Amino acid sequence: MTKNMKNKMIPALLAITLSSSAFLPALYAADPIIKIDGSSTVYPITEAVAEELQAVDRKTKVIVGISGTGGGFKKFCAGEIDIANASRPITAKEIALCAENKIEWMEIGIAYDGLAVVVNPKNNWVSAITIAELKKIWEPAAQEKIKQWSPVRSGWPKKEIHLFGPGADSGTFDFFTEVVVGKAKSSRGDFTASEDDNVLVQGISTDLSALGYFGLGYYEENKKRVKLVAVDAGNGPIFPSLKTVGDGTYPLSRPLFIYVSSKSLKKPEVNRFIAFYLENAPELSREVGYIPFPKEVQSAVDMRFNQRVAGSLYTGDGSVGKSFVSLLRGGK
Amino acid sequence: MSETIRDRHRATRLQTLWREKAVRAVLFFCGALSLLTTLGIVLVLFFETFAFFQEVSFAQFFLDTQWTPLFSTKRFGIWPLVAGTVLVSLIAVLVAMPIGLLSAIYLSEYAADKTRNVIKPILEILAGIPSVVYGYFALTVVTPFLQTIIPSLSGFNALSPGIVMGIMIIPMISSLSEDAMYAVPKSLRDGAYALGSSRLQVSLRVVFPAAFSGISAACILAVSRAIGETMIVAIAAGLQPTLTVSPLVPIETMTAYIVQVSLGDTPHGTLEYKTIFAVGTMLFLFTFALNLISNSLSKRYREIYE
Repeated sequence: MTKNMKNKMIPALLAITLSSSAFLPALYAADPIIKIDGSSTVYPITEAVAEELQAVDRKTKVIVGISGTGGGFKKFCAGEIDIANASRPITAKEIALCAENKIEWMEIGIAYDGLAVVVNPKNNWVSAITIAELKKIWEPAAQEKIKQWSPVRSGWPKKEIHLFGPGADSGTFDFFTEVVVGKAKSSRGDFTASEDDNVLVQGISTDLSALGYFGLGYYEENKKRVKLVAVDAGNGPIFPSLKTVGDGTYPLSRPLFIYVSSKSLKKPEVNRFIAFYLENAPELSREVGYIPFPKEVQSAVDMRFNQRVAGSLYTGDGSVGKSFVSLLRGGK
Repeated sequence: MSETIRDRHRATRLQTLWREKAVRAVLFFCGALSLLTTLGIVLVLFFETFAFFQEVSFAQFFLDTQWTPLFSTKRFGIWPLVAGTVLVSLIAVLVAMPIGLLSAIYLSEYAADKTRNVIKPILEILAGIPSVVYGYFALTVVTPFLQTIIPSLSGFNALSPGIVMGIMIIPMISSLSEDAMYAVPKSLRDGAYALGSSRLQVSLRVVFPAAFSGISAACILAVSRAIGETMIVAIAAGLQPTLTVSPLVPIETMTAYIVQVSLGDTPHGTLEYKTIFAVGTMLFLFTFALNLISNSLSKRYREIYE
């Protein structure tokens, strides 16, 4: 949350400084600005792309916020931003909101993420956890019952359990609750909830009895501060990796997206940004800890963009459901 | 000739009169402005809270022990947030009260004027440090240090921000209490010394009781400051509303909850949005009650030595 504040304040401060300096307005007006907001999971990739772009094209300014997927779509459908970062597909409600405001858009898959379940590095009793156990911990009913580790699995200590997870506006939260609890947004509420994954890392890394989850990228960035836990959906414990997430055997795998409004896409700088994004997503997503699409998936995604196919591959219930690949093939 | 002089006199007098009126109007406006602002804030708070209680019953608010308004299973029990606030403030007061009062006694009764003139401003600097700095100090310095002593301490907890908040409000207690003690007439002290009292007896049995109204007001103001403090707890205490008395685990205070919601993207007008006003009203009632107590205390124990 604290980092979140910082991130929100930087653009604000920038705007104040820029608008208050007497000699800058001309320059300010001339510089194209691309406004992006949404998922904090997608943020590292988009930020990396933005940095790369600004290294070659110094004129274009890219501002990336982290309001969570839901927060991003709210702004996107209000026409306040050009691009929305999303860690889950757009929902029917959000589609309707966009339509109401006459915002047309394209959905672009950018990479796979394997959601990382992590504990404190000094935790010596958890190395793998089943989906059923995760459900036992996180379902709404657990709020009354599961206060310690011991009732989750016999053999685990009688220590308090402290939970950390993304807030209710986060796509990661939607996805996790959908896969683990069975219904999107259905979760206990007495955990440290933050849209900013750095707060979660900070909390888990300093709390012996912590358990939490966030996008794989934040694990890669903080390997020494938190311990990764293998997840078992019935086929044995599996760690998220390039291979297990890429082929979907890791149970908490999902695609990540950006959504761009068709109106913004007409602006040359946004068009250039998206082209640059598609070109660099495989390499940069790997660099920040996510899993690039296999080649054929990436070329299907490129083709979908080149043909300017509007709308979503998904049914709009916000769930990932069918695999991204099969939808992409079906939609071709 | 005399006519013109009288005219001129009248003109000046009229001018002065008008100027007086203008000044008076401006001053009245300034006074009224702050009053109206306060009134406006209180009205907004109460209106939104009223709207909140149209949807949530008093029983849900006061009899439940879970606070999860942002999630699908919504529970509106305020107590976890109240407990968090009280816990942190209590720790802060336990730290600040002894240190603050003892340094006030030292400064007023023991220190030479020279020392006093150096130490007092330095102590007051503590009050000038932005609370966000205190927050990161708690999170990145005090918590890791405390963890070397108490290994089971969570990264977010009530203890560390409580201690740091205590440090922050020390100058409030020490400075205001010192003012009150310093204002006790010298004749009282002289009288006590003449009867053969030691310095400690004079400080504790004569000056302290004489200044009690000022000291109690200072302490309550400090408590009220601790309850309303936001940044330190938002950064270092966690965002987990749990009903607990343990200072070692993550908690959430009323102020931190308000920050959490207002930074997120909760749309205006929704029930989630109204919760912050309900919590705000609760907070307001707390500090308001404390201010009333402070007022009545200082009236009841006021000793007048003229």
